Amino acid sequence: MASTSSAVGNGSPAVKWLLRVVVIGYLFLLVAWPTAYVVRHTFDDGLTGLRTALSDPDVVHALVLTVQVSVAAVVINTLFGVGMSLLLVRHRFVGRRALSALIDLPLSVSPVVVGLALVLVYNGRFGWFGPWLEAHGLQIVFARPGMILATCFVILPLVVREVVPVLEELGDDQEQAARSLGANAWQTFWRITLPGVRWAVVYGVVLSLARALGEFGAIKVVAGNVGGETQVATVLVQQKYQNFEQQTAYSMAFLLVFAAVLCLVVVALLRPKEGHR
Amino acid sequence: MSATSAPAALRGRVTRRRRPAAAGTLGTGSALGLGIAMTWFSLLVLIPLSAVVVKATGGGLSTFVDVLDNPQTRNALQLTVLSSLAITALNVVMGTVIAWVLVRDRFWGKAVLDLVIDIPFALPTIVAGLVLLALYGPSSPLGIHVNNTRWAVLLAMAFVTLPFIVRTVQPVLEELDTDVEDAAASLGAGRATTFRRVVLPALVPAICAGAALSFARGISEYGALVLISGNLANRTEVVSVRLFSFLEGGNTQSAAAVATIMLLVALVAIVVLDVVQRRVSHRG
Amino acid sequence: MNRTIKVAAALSAAGVLALTGCSGGSSADTGATINVVGYSVLEQANSEVIKAFEDTAAGKDVTIKGSYGASGDQSRAVAAGQDADEVHLSLEPDVTRLVDEGIVAKDWKDNATKGICTNSVVVMVVQKGNPKDIHTWADLVKPGVGIVTPNPASSGSAKWNLLAAYGSVLADGGDDGAAQAYMKKFFGNVAALPDSGRDATTAFTSGTGDVLLSYENEAILARQSGQDFDYVVPDSTLLIENPCAVTEGASKDAQAFLDFQKSKEGQKLYAQTGYRPLVDVGDVEVKGANDPSSPFPQPQKLLTIDSNFGGWDAANAKFFDEDNGILTKIQADTGQ
Repeated sequence: MASTSSAVGNGSPAVKWLLRVVVIGYLFLLVAWPTAYVVRHTFDDGLTGLRTALSDPDVVHALVLTVQVSVAAVVINTLFGVGMSLLLVRHRFVGRRALSALIDLPLSVSPVVVGLALVLVYNGRFGWFGPWLEAHGLQIVFARPGMILATCFVILPLVVREVVPVLEELGDDQEQAARSLGANAWQTFWRITLPGVRWAVVYGVVLSLARALGEFGAIKVVAGNVGGETQVATVLVQQKYQNFEQQTAYSMAFLLVFAAVLCLVVVALLRPKEGHR
Repeated sequence: MSATSAPAALRGRVTRRRRPAAAGTLGTGSALGLGIAMTWFSLLVLIPLSAVVVKATGGGLSTFVDVLDNPQTRNALQLTVLSSLAITALNVVMGTVIAWVLVRDRFWGKAVLDLVIDIPFALPTIVAGLVLLALYGPSSPLGIHVNNTRWAVLLAMAFVTLPFIVRTVQPVLEELDTDVEDAAASLGAGRATTFRRVVLPALVPAICAGAALSFARGISEYGALVLISGNLANRTEVVSVRLFSFLEGGNTQSAAAVATIMLLVALVAIVVLDVVQRRVSHRG
Repeated sequence: MNRTIKVAAALSAAGVLALTGCSGGSSADTGATINVVGYSVLEQANSEVIKAFEDTAAGKDVTIKGSYGASGDQSRAVAAGQDADEVHLSLEPDVTRLVDEGIVAKDWKDNATKGICTNSVVVMVVQKGNPKDIHTWADLVKPGVGIVTPNPASSGSAKWNLLAAYGSVLADGGDDGAAQAYMKKFFGNVAALPDSGRDATTAFTSGTGDVLLSYENEAILARQSGQDFDYVVPDSTLLIENPCAVTEGASKDAQAFLDFQKSKEGQKLYAQTGYRPLVDVGDVEVKGANDPSSPFPQPQKLLTIDSNFGGWDAANAKFFDEDNGILTKIQADTGQ
């Protein structure tokens, strides 16, 4: 961990305090205060808000569905992310740089377009693959697979972006050593590489989980939103708010944010303090 | 630690490596892995996005010309791109400052700040929109009324793009060895000079990587923007809203055309920042 | 290292569990299931109607699943393959889209109600006490009045509002020129154009604007749910007619539900959430209405799309065509 005794950091106290004030003020006005607003409105009447919300079967179903879809998407994306990171860093092949740039692309795609793109390809009536898939029993759009796909789309870069820098930092000396000692690829990966990047992977997983829980636009287009069946929590939040059941909406939002923040806190606490990311 | 000139590897970007390339070529296992990864990536991202492009180009170039001819669409494009650029610039400054304070400073409660930065990831965008409207809209307790103005667009974008540059710069700062800074100081360089000539160049690649992400995220934002901006044509209407209008009107082709244009814009930004990164890291 | 294994195992287990959840889509129901796809405001009203239907003989073994959202979104979703046995949308063009795709029969309008299931009228929602004294369409274009209406480009149901505004001039004897001049002033006063009708209500209740153009049933429902504002039924307004239809290949249970919706019992339930009944339902107490015992005052001039605007196809093309629509052009011009 870089010590605070660096020449530049030992600035005048005025500069240090100024920076602190600016940062805290900015973060407060932009993030902390809005979040506090959600918390405040959830607990306006103590726990009744949450209790009412959780007594609604649609709410419970939506929350469970959100968790299921998010976890599935995060698992798939982590496998892809770790694998892709290894490929990008440890190997050379044609188009490597292009691929690395393309991986960032999903972030730039508006949720409306994500939905549109997936529907164009996978819908059962005139999509590119949809009719064939549905004829073989796999419905993608307006069913769970579609929701998982949409979520995977939006969280795609998150694990890769965490793992790649760490893999580069680590270098492959140890891996080469292991290989020269006779370890096969799997053993090298499992015993040398993975432990090296595990905190990057965990952080990436938690970030993608947080993002997945909160995904709204893309999933809304792809899901069909049948209450009690294909309606995820974020869509239900909007519906509840617009049906003038604001407290339920805020309670659900609070639960989603709380779950994500909890994961982040747990990771932050578990991570060894030597600054090894 | 070897005296490598580039203080830290770029974050999130594949670049020239500090150590000599090992088994660079793909073995069968890795080739298979690449195949699977690429298949997934294609099915998930490449093919659906190309479906959009194909839909757009179905009517030939005239679709694009018509779309760009429409002043309302042009204004929406301009507003979105310029706002995202502005917010990215803001994030470059604020993100670096925040990362600096998080890494180089110590005070009680700093860990909470660290957590706060990740919240924009966790908060569903519609909730963010509702809350921003409540706090900075007509009934703002602070008396700040940005709703239905362009400031609302900037505010919403600032919210969702907050984490990106901070999180790319932070690890680089953490790894940064202060030896060089101390050396510079001992040679008589002032703090500002040291920052400008030693620290900043090390951070620029990370800043560029984060800026690309921030810009990309900014142009795609919808949920947080939609309520607070008012969607006034030619004034506060962003591209996502315009796109949605085309879809609603049954004009999928124009919607796809607008989407394709935005994809191109994002690609250009990513590529430009990638090139800038490479230039700086070569020089450094 | 052990922890890594545990973490990985936990993740995989969770993933597997989640994926098995995939197959847990629709469990087999003993009776029939019908999928109702409706527009957003319908949700609360339909929950009562569905419960009542399931109490009748025809609805005893029927399970009804509902999907509610913005009318255009829902229409597009059904066109792209979302399961629907009955569609109940905000305006006719959204059903026409499905007719064009072959999902709804071409003769869906050939019945006693011409394919309509629920009715309402365009009203002006104002802040409690009506501080700016807004009662007529002319009051809307006075300087300093902020109008909130959903964006007709992204909300099909917004078209009702604008046609009501335009039609108010025609109803008073003005010609197209006068109406267009009025709409120019109207758009000049627009404070916000939210995405959808519901977003518009949200924006208004959060403090934007002085008057919200909305549907009477939405205003009444909002007041029933505790929102504190007033609404005015102007002298001339447009009859909002929400179409409903069963899809091709739907079971007769869907038709039974549709018939129930149009029946006296169904319409009475709709009336209690603010819709104007299609048939005579006797006296109804409607909480939230301006006068609960006489909830649906008859406006002096009630316009309809068919008689005053030549039907939806013509109206859509004349007013809302992307390039040449009269209102589209005025809206874009005033934004400059």
